[in-house]
Amino acid sequence: AVRLCRWRPLLSRPLGAPRALRGLAAGPEMHFGFQTVTEAERREKINQVFESVAKKYDVMNDSMTLGIHRLWKDVLIHKMNPSPDTLLLDVAGGTGDIAFRFINYVRSVRERQLQRRLKHHQNLSWQEIFESYQEDKSNSLGDSQVVVCDINREMLKVGKQKAQHLGYSKGLSWVLGNAEELPFDDDKFDVYTIAFGIRNVTRIDLALQEAHRVLKPGGRFLCLEFSHVSNPFLSRLYDLYSFQVIPVLGEIIAGDWKSYQYLVESIRQFPPQEELKEMIEDAGFFKVDYENLNFGIVAIHSGFKL
Amino acid sequence: GRARLSRWDGRGVEEEEAEEEWHQLYPGHIPTSPLQKALLAAGSAVMALYDPYRHDMVAVLGETTGCLALPNLRDKMKRHPEGHRILQERPRIRLSTLDMARLRGLPDGSLGREYVRFLEDNKVSPDTRMPPKFVDDEELAYVIQRYREVHDLMHTLLGMPTNMLGEVVVKWFEAVQTGLPMCVLGAAFGPVRLSARKLQVLATELVPWAIRSGRNASCVLNVYYEQRWEQPVESLREEIGIFPPP
Repeated sequence: AVRLCRWRPLLSRPLGAPRALRGLAAGPEMHFGFQTVTEAERREKINQVFESVAKKYDVMNDSMTLGIHRLWKDVLIHKMNPSPDTLLLDVAGGTGDIAFRFINYVRSVRERQLQRRLKHHQNLSWQEIFESYQEDKSNSLGDSQVVVCDINREMLKVGKQKAQHLGYSKGLSWVLGNAEELPFDDDKFDVYTIAFGIRNVTRIDLALQEAHRVLKPGGRFLCLEFSHVSNPFLSRLYDLYSFQVIPVLGEIIAGDWKSYQYLVESIRQFPPQEELKEMIEDAGFFKVDYENLNFGIVAIHSGFKL
Repeated sequence: GRARLSRWDGRGVEEEEAEEEWHQLYPGHIPTSPLQKALLAAGSAVMALYDPYRHDMVAVLGETTGCLALPNLRDKMKRHPEGHRILQERPRIRLSTLDMARLRGLPDGSLGREYVRFLEDNKVSPDTRMPPKFVDDEELAYVIQRYREVHDLMHTLLGMPTNMLGEVVVKWFEAVQTGLPMCVLGAAFGPVRLSARKLQVLATELVPWAIRSGRNASCVLNVYYEQRWEQPVESLREEIGIFPPP
């Protein structure tokens, strides 16, 4: 007799996750997508996912989001509005998307500053003009710096290669590190970002505490992450696309169904906007707020260390 | 299914209904919806043409389009005594299960000796066959696995190398034999990348021969190759009904 397996119905879900399993002081059991695993297993599985997807990470992002992820990241940087002396820590920054955008933004701010200065100095001699260009060329980033921190070697490798390929070298450093235990001193950074990374952190509370620790007083926390679509019609469409199309794309493009199945499941398991806001407040941040992009498919959470 | 309360209110947590549980029918099985299968079929076809090194895409195409041909093949096997035994015993062709030294020691012209020669000449291994993922029946999963593992033996029996030309010829033979849409597509589109000269040889000699042999031969999955290593290739060809290669 032919035994047909019942494929998982579109919107079926496993047990809901009590708070304990959502990355707070966690018991021994955790979620890996829709599976239940131990904390150690989860870390290892996530490590494997990113090792496996690293090389195709950017291609997959473009395919899955039809390129829209680029816009989301642009919005993040514009919201940040960094100035030429900002020191940024980009956590889970793997392939460098945020870092490169930061550098571009700061460069263009610096150029505009330069142009404005020159406009005010209409009666400079050629020598003086030449000298001011020299000084600013060598300092095109101002004092800006971005540190890209990621827990996964493969992702960092891809990021470094990209940087080389695209010509980014100044003001950029790459550090292997764990968001839950950052290898940096207290009160170091002006801005902390984590874009599409906090979802994969096992202890979100610890990561938020660490973010608070390494930021300077007055520093800003920014988190860009998939979130919860409250509109029921859009939510169904989004679910349909996520569960039916994305793993297929993963298989076709990257030969890796399972990693992308994990991705869409982990999005569903992640706290929605209000809950994440509370978690950020619990870590000591003030003026915590969020902005939905695309009806909540993605949200940017922001908070300040005072 | 029952209406599900939001997970996030902490109170109303609905348990997954038992029969809706996602379960694997065999190791490596990924259950898929009809929509997903359709998307996979389309996507893998495009990707396989775009990047011929993506053998995994050819495999996926075979699995997602084989829903008619695979049961057919399985039934053919069930009706035949040797095929039936294969379905029961589920032999696997793998380096770990083959006694390569013994096969190498067999006389020239025997199936075992020629098979090993084929593997060594073309630098291929039976272990590189993709395990099935998207077949939703574990017996049919075995059938497609058997088809994949027997592919190298097809090369041996047909005397075709693993270059593009040889692969296309074997695909024509397999298309006639199995009716798998993936074989038909491979047979039809494979030649696209061949030179004019090769196309001519293909069209005038090789393909007609492959088709005639495929039609004349009994079902190649009904042969318990592992029990016939000593049999001379020519004798096995005759028995199955494959005409001598041109």
